[in-house]
Amino acid sequence: MTGTVPRKPWSRSSVILGLVFFVFAAVTLGGFVLLDTKGIDVGAAFAQTGKDLVTLFLHPAATHFTVLEAVGGVAFTLALGLLTTVFGAVPAVVGGLLAARNLGPAWLSLVLRAFVSLIRAVPTVLWVLIFAIGAGLGSVAAVVGMTFHSFGYLLKAYSEAFEEVDQGTIEALRASGASWTSVIAQAAIPGSLPSLLSWTFLRFEINFTTAVAMGAAAGAGGVGFDLFMAAGYYFNLREVGAITWAILIVAAGLELGATRLHEANRRSGGAA
Amino acid sequence: MTGEAIVVAFRRRQRWAVLGLALVAAVTLGSAVVAQFDFLDGAAAFPKAFAWMAANFVPDARAWHNFPNILTRLGETVVVSIMATTVAALVSFLLALLGSRTTRFHPAASAVVRAVASLGRNIPVVAWAMIFLLAFGQTFLTGFLALFIESMGFLTRSYLETVDEASAAPVEALRAAGTPWAPLVAHAVVPSVLPALASWMLFMLETNIRSATLVGLLTGTGIGFLFDLYYKSLNYPSAALTTLAIVVAVLLLEGLSNVLRRSIL
Amino acid sequence: MGPYPRDAEVSLGPPVSNLLEIHNLSKDYRGTAALTDVSLTVKKGEFVAVIGRSGAGKSTLLRCINRMVEPSSGRIVFDGQDMLLATRRGLRSLRTRIGMVFQHYNLVPRLTVAENVLHGRLGFKSSWAGLLGLYSVSEKRRAWELLVQLGLEAQVHQRCDLLSGGQKQRVGIARALIQDPRLILCDEPIASLDPGSAKVIMDHLRRIAGESGITIVINLHQVDVAAKYADRIVGIREGRIEYDGSPKKLNKKVVQQIYGSQSDDLLVGELAE
Repeated sequence: MTGTVPRKPWSRSSVILGLVFFVFAAVTLGGFVLLDTKGIDVGAAFAQTGKDLVTLFLHPAATHFTVLEAVGGVAFTLALGLLTTVFGAVPAVVGGLLAARNLGPAWLSLVLRAFVSLIRAVPTVLWVLIFAIGAGLGSVAAVVGMTFHSFGYLLKAYSEAFEEVDQGTIEALRASGASWTSVIAQAAIPGSLPSLLSWTFLRFEINFTTAVAMGAAAGAGGVGFDLFMAAGYYFNLREVGAITWAILIVAAGLELGATRLHEANRRSGGAA
Repeated sequence: MTGEAIVVAFRRRQRWAVLGLALVAAVTLGSAVVAQFDFLDGAAAFPKAFAWMAANFVPDARAWHNFPNILTRLGETVVVSIMATTVAALVSFLLALLGSRTTRFHPAASAVVRAVASLGRNIPVVAWAMIFLLAFGQTFLTGFLALFIESMGFLTRSYLETVDEASAAPVEALRAAGTPWAPLVAHAVVPSVLPALASWMLFMLETNIRSATLVGLLTGTGIGFLFDLYYKSLNYPSAALTTLAIVVAVLLLEGLSNVLRRSIL
Repeated sequence: MGPYPRDAEVSLGPPVSNLLEIHNLSKDYRGTAALTDVSLTVKKGEFVAVIGRSGAGKSTLLRCINRMVEPSSGRIVFDGQDMLLATRRGLRSLRTRIGMVFQHYNLVPRLTVAENVLHGRLGFKSSWAGLLGLYSVSEKRRAWELLVQLGLEAQVHQRCDLLSGGQKQRVGIARALIQDPRLILCDEPIASLDPGSAKVIMDHLRRIAGESGITIVINLHQVDVAAKYADRIVGIREGRIEYDGSPKKLNKKVVQQIYGSQSDDLLVGELAE
């Protein structure tokens, strides 16, 4: 039989895929052409940044604080992150249970998810600044402001963890007449505990870096604030380097721990 | 298990639960001390802030006057976010191809690529923003570069995972058929991961718009700068309108992104 | 001359009757011996089935042949060429003459049947031609021929993730065949298929071996299927060859020796008691 492979027809998903890439590319090129560089010498700026990075990473040194003070700053920022995590996690457990589609009504799940979307649409830094108007710039505004996203993230994560609990167990308990509180305490939570913990730790890592940002942008104190001062006030690159190294080590360490936990949990099948 | 053993096991589990909760409480209290966090102030902050917001954080006529300016700045921020996402996706994809254990470009490549990505992810975007601010000043490049580095850090890790998992099987097949490296990547890896690439790009864009506000605030560019301006000059109604604009933009983008991601996969 | 008059034929020396010679092949994975001192000779045109329990080393053996897994020691001679001495480019060239069919099909799910089948030709092209996916007219004709042979011409532009298991495996076979290979290695090709589809695949493989004289080495865990289709059975147990001979000589005792089991229900179908 003679014949050959005919030409391939277009498929809907390929067209959309191509369109997405095209729009991204077009906007990017347009942006580079049309946006204003305000007369700075871009090449020189890159060269300058290169030199700055070398100084920063290879010659860190602190002048405005001692090692002890640095450790204190890191501890302060970690504490902010921890509080944010706890304050986000506790209500998120309740919210997650309500939003889980195998535990509660579908409409409730939708409402909660929409609510969370709304909260997360306001960038964290704006939440913090809004609360700072009433509570002043400091730990309270920072923690309360950061808790919004912490809560939203964990609610979604927890609800997914609850949805992964073996439906059979829940059905069996319900069939035998157990109350919802029993089902939750004896099946939903114990079954998803490893997942819950791993998500919480992941969020803690994010909350730490967010706390650094809030220290820099919203006067919350800690290493973030030190960074802001060193870069924007003292213009001391070596100090910026020292602080950056400290943040890098702590954040990378947390990330390593969080990912290990998350991977181990995922491999053992998630919810037990 | 005997009856006695079951009772003991249950009691042990209860003890662990109580211990766990006690630990969490202790750590929380300790953190509150270290961070100088006052629980009462914290609790009071909620009603206080929402009451204040209802009264003062509402756009007025003057705020609406500023609306065109807000829109322009917002547009600029969105464009810079898209630019950072696109360039980061390109770079990250190349890095992922080089560092993936499936494509096996070079034995040492994987470690190097992961280290570079870690630098991008674990040095907070604010640090990068301040570093770039020094040389690039209040131009869009500062925000672009900071977002680019952070996106590159995140996307490289995501793309590495995607390449390793999604393309392992066809790569094995084409490698067994004697395909050279470049066509192997082009025909086994790229078609397998293209939808995931786009999906991650859309996800990253959502994240970047939020980070862009923060970066703008610190570096005096984009919509963050406007918010900061109104905030510091106590022009709360305009700050409120700015916030509203950001919220609408983020929600629209999220909605669009979800629809697109579902059609792509 | 094969179906591709314009492509340069890879020169592999004068034809040898022993297509594949494996001498004292061993493979260790961090202290555990996956294969120990395996020696095997396969003649051109033979249909060899490798049987044994899971983890016995069947998959490792197969993958050592085309060096997808690097042997720890031993010698492998394919069509007169020493596999283990081959350079990177030489190895690729040798691999183009060996087709491989996988248990999980290993297709690119988003691409069509036609695209997946043509992938088998990429090893014959330069990096640039391969990168751009420039397939010649004769290659496309050959792809169509194979699709018709395997009953897939209606699915030519279907995305592979929409196919059934049996259809996917036929695409895998077509992809291997379009290489015009001397040897096809099949790693448990029917393990994920229902009995009906499995029969279709095995029938195709036997037909291919008969019609074009391609040598086939196939891993199977179903002893009865192996006995029914193969000219020769190789039994592997714990990394060593336990049996190498005709399927007619496979009896209950021999099978128990290979599988190391006392259980009676390993055997299905008619086998000499």
